[in-house]
Amino acid sequence: MILKINNLSVRLGGSHILQGVAFDVAETGVTALLGRNGVGKTTTLRAVLGEVPATGEVLFDGRPALGRATHRLVRDGLGYVPEDRCVFAGLTVAENLRLAVRVPSPDFDLVFDLFPELRKRAGQRAGTLSGGQQQMVAIARVLLNPNRLLLVDEPTKGLAPAVVTAVAAVLERIAARVPILLVEQNLAVVRRLATDAVVLEAGRTAWRGRAADLLSDADATRSLLGVGTTAGRH
Amino acid sequence: MKSSSVPTTSPAASPAASSPSPPSVTPPGRLRRLAPLLALLVAVVLPWSTLRLPGLFEGPLNSPGTLQLLAVCLVFAGLALGYDLLFGRAGLLSFGHALYVAAGAYGVDILVSHYGWRLWPTVAVTVLAAAVLAALLGAVALRTSGIAFSMVTLAFAQVGHIVINRDPGGLTGGEEGLPLSSAGLPAMFTGVVNTVNLYWLALAFLTVVVVTVHTIDRAPLGRTLTGLRDDERRIAVLGLSPYRLKLLAFVLAGTLAGLGGATYALVVGGASPHIASSELTLSLIVMAVLGGAGTRWGAVVGGFLYAYLDQRLARLGGSLPGPFGEPLFVLGTLFILAVYFAPGGLASLSSRLEPLRRALRPRPAPDAI
Amino acid sequence: MSTVVLLALTGLGLAALYFLIASGLSLVFGLAGVLNFAHGLFLSVGAYAAWTVSESWGAIPAILLGVAVAATTGALVELVLIRPLYTRHTEQVLVTVGLSLAGVALLQSVWGADARVFPRPAWASSVVNIAGAQVPADRFLLIGAAVLVLLGLLAFLRFTRYGLVIRAGVENRDMVSALGIDVRNAFTLVFAIGGALAGLAGILAGMYFSSISPGQGASLLIFAFIVVVIGGLGSVTGAFAAAVAVGLLQQFVNYYGTAGAGDVSVVALLAAVLLLRPAGLAGKAAPA
Repeated sequence: MILKINNLSVRLGGSHILQGVAFDVAETGVTALLGRNGVGKTTTLRAVLGEVPATGEVLFDGRPALGRATHRLVRDGLGYVPEDRCVFAGLTVAENLRLAVRVPSPDFDLVFDLFPELRKRAGQRAGTLSGGQQQMVAIARVLLNPNRLLLVDEPTKGLAPAVVTAVAAVLERIAARVPILLVEQNLAVVRRLATDAVVLEAGRTAWRGRAADLLSDADATRSLLGVGTTAGRH
Repeated sequence: MKSSSVPTTSPAASPAASSPSPPSVTPPGRLRRLAPLLALLVAVVLPWSTLRLPGLFEGPLNSPGTLQLLAVCLVFAGLALGYDLLFGRAGLLSFGHALYVAAGAYGVDILVSHYGWRLWPTVAVTVLAAAVLAALLGAVALRTSGIAFSMVTLAFAQVGHIVINRDPGGLTGGEEGLPLSSAGLPAMFTGVVNTVNLYWLALAFLTVVVVTVHTIDRAPLGRTLTGLRDDERRIAVLGLSPYRLKLLAFVLAGTLAGLGGATYALVVGGASPHIASSELTLSLIVMAVLGGAGTRWGAVVGGFLYAYLDQRLARLGGSLPGPFGEPLFVLGTLFILAVYFAPGGLASLSSRLEPLRRALRPRPAPDAI
Repeated sequence: MSTVVLLALTGLGLAALYFLIASGLSLVFGLAGVLNFAHGLFLSVGAYAAWTVSESWGAIPAILLGVAVAATTGALVELVLIRPLYTRHTEQVLVTVGLSLAGVALLQSVWGADARVFPRPAWASSVVNIAGAQVPADRFLLIGAAVLVLLGLLAFLRFTRYGLVIRAGVENRDMVSALGIDVRNAFTLVFAIGGALAGLAGILAGMYFSSISPGQGASLLIFAFIVVVIGGLGSVTGAFAAAVAVGLLQQFVNYYGTAGAGDVSVVALLAAVLLLRPAGLAGKAAPA
């Protein structure tokens, strides 16, 4: 297991957002982190990264992660693609990528192989890119460095259907090299990528197991996620 | 519950209310409810005492020098609590509170000294003017929030400071300040022998502020203001206008500051540009935080102690080594230490050591959100 | 005509001082989220350090020493006082408030409260004839220093690794950390840069006013704050434009209007800008 989470709790401004979340992420494949809006999926990722104060136990690559500085965890190979992309709007595409580089030989070949468009747009300000292009930048800057695990938060949110498919294809290629913990609302994407699934409900782990088992059980899907199995949210 | 001053002689009058506004009555709550009343009583009869407290005061308690020192402390205790209505309760970090203090002080001073007005109508008109000024400037400043609000209030107050320093039409006396002409004052406030009346006047001012602010604390308005400080959206959801509530708090605080400024001018016998300076506002912030911003008595204790130390250290200045002769060095350093080790101010010290532990933890927990 | 030229150059000289103070202030605020009331202290520290050695060392080494001392002060303040309060912004502001009070008092206890005569090189006292106006040469020194600093800062932000980190951090600190970069090193750096520029401003202000006093930093600081807010928090070019506007406005209105009207009009400009564009000229949204 690359990531083991046990009894993870987060309190923010008086509300108890996570109340003992527990699950593992396998060394290979995609683990989907699912649940309705506001159950704490993004908070779970941010707690693992040390961006919000949390209690409990998180083992990343066998080492305790809670209490360590975000940048150290990232340097140890914890890549983060945040919700809403968070590219630096005032920086050019090239500067966004250059900022992320922290190893002597960054994997620009992989990045430009996956996203040939970024080479053309190197001099463009990231703030003027489309949502899909910004998502490419957000994924690309993580891939420049070697990773042991990627945390990817709603990569298809707000994207046009054709772009969703393209992003899913890219994630599928990446998943062949490095495990991914994926927060995703689009069940079609989950169906395509995920090997394992974890469902959160009201700050707790409500279900975990094989993704296929969850998605083939219409009742479980409806009660846990509040959607039918065939319909994506977008 | 009646209010009171907190003379240094009765530390029992500073109950540690570490939680914001709503009073939590702990087991010895009865005593705590009575303590402020007792302290007020002690403060009222104090001028009849000839007790000497060497080290604390130079003369006996009823000497004019001591009474004057105590009167200034009481005024600052009131000013600090009035400021804490904005800062601790409503969460508005104004850097321009000095403007309304100066409006009160210079208003009374100018009308009495230059125009020969009688004192009481002057105070009424001046305080009203301070309220109107706060309403006008607050209406503009509150269109912004956060740091921008702080900057706008700072800039407005700076205008006041500049105007006072330039001495327009010979009204303010410029950098020298304007002594209060005793000719226009009631006999009870003139002459060294009547210092005791100034002391009682300052005590009355503090009482007015405490009663006002504590009444607000207990009223729905107080809870709404602290709600506003914690989460503006929640108040907006209740159908209340955050803007109007904040403006109300701003005007109330400005009015109390105007009254305090008027009292101050009487107590020290005039007004000087220093009370219009940003340094005065900064020291009000220091007082509120030192004592415990947002608590019932924190700002009162902080203001009283600050003013006491400021005056005593200034007098002892020459005899202390190096920078310790500078009151602001001592107070500024104390303040920094307080921010680190007692984030709740003096009011929290007795009941909490948690902040110390938190401050000493190697890596502070990152902020929420 | 000659009056206008003299007023314009004097106003630009003042603008140069404002810019030197405001640019560091703006970067510190933009990156670290700290409204630094102790910035005026950096200015005074630099000025007094230079003043102390200027007699024996000569002008240039004294300036270098003053800038270095102010930069070190800035870095130390960040490391010792600001860093432990990471992201607790109100407490950070309060600490800088305490520091500004205590620091000025400390300077006062060492050098006295009264102003000291600041020596200026002979050439700084000469006058230059421009379009019929007799312009003191120190104005050009101030303007030249500010322009050099502007170009240097822009080049630093544009072409260096740390500049890139600072620009990104002004936009989104957390995301910079999430890329594996220790953004707090950049905080220390901007405090040091801010301190150095404030120290330089203090020395130049000493030459400009021919004197230094412990409280000088605080009075310049308020106008620098106004420049920062008008220019947009975190923007160096915004601070430059705002400094020019404030310096010229202040100088011209003070000359043609009644005394003090220039200062008042600067505050009016601030109020107008904030009401029309709450984020300032350069437009980074001011965090609440």
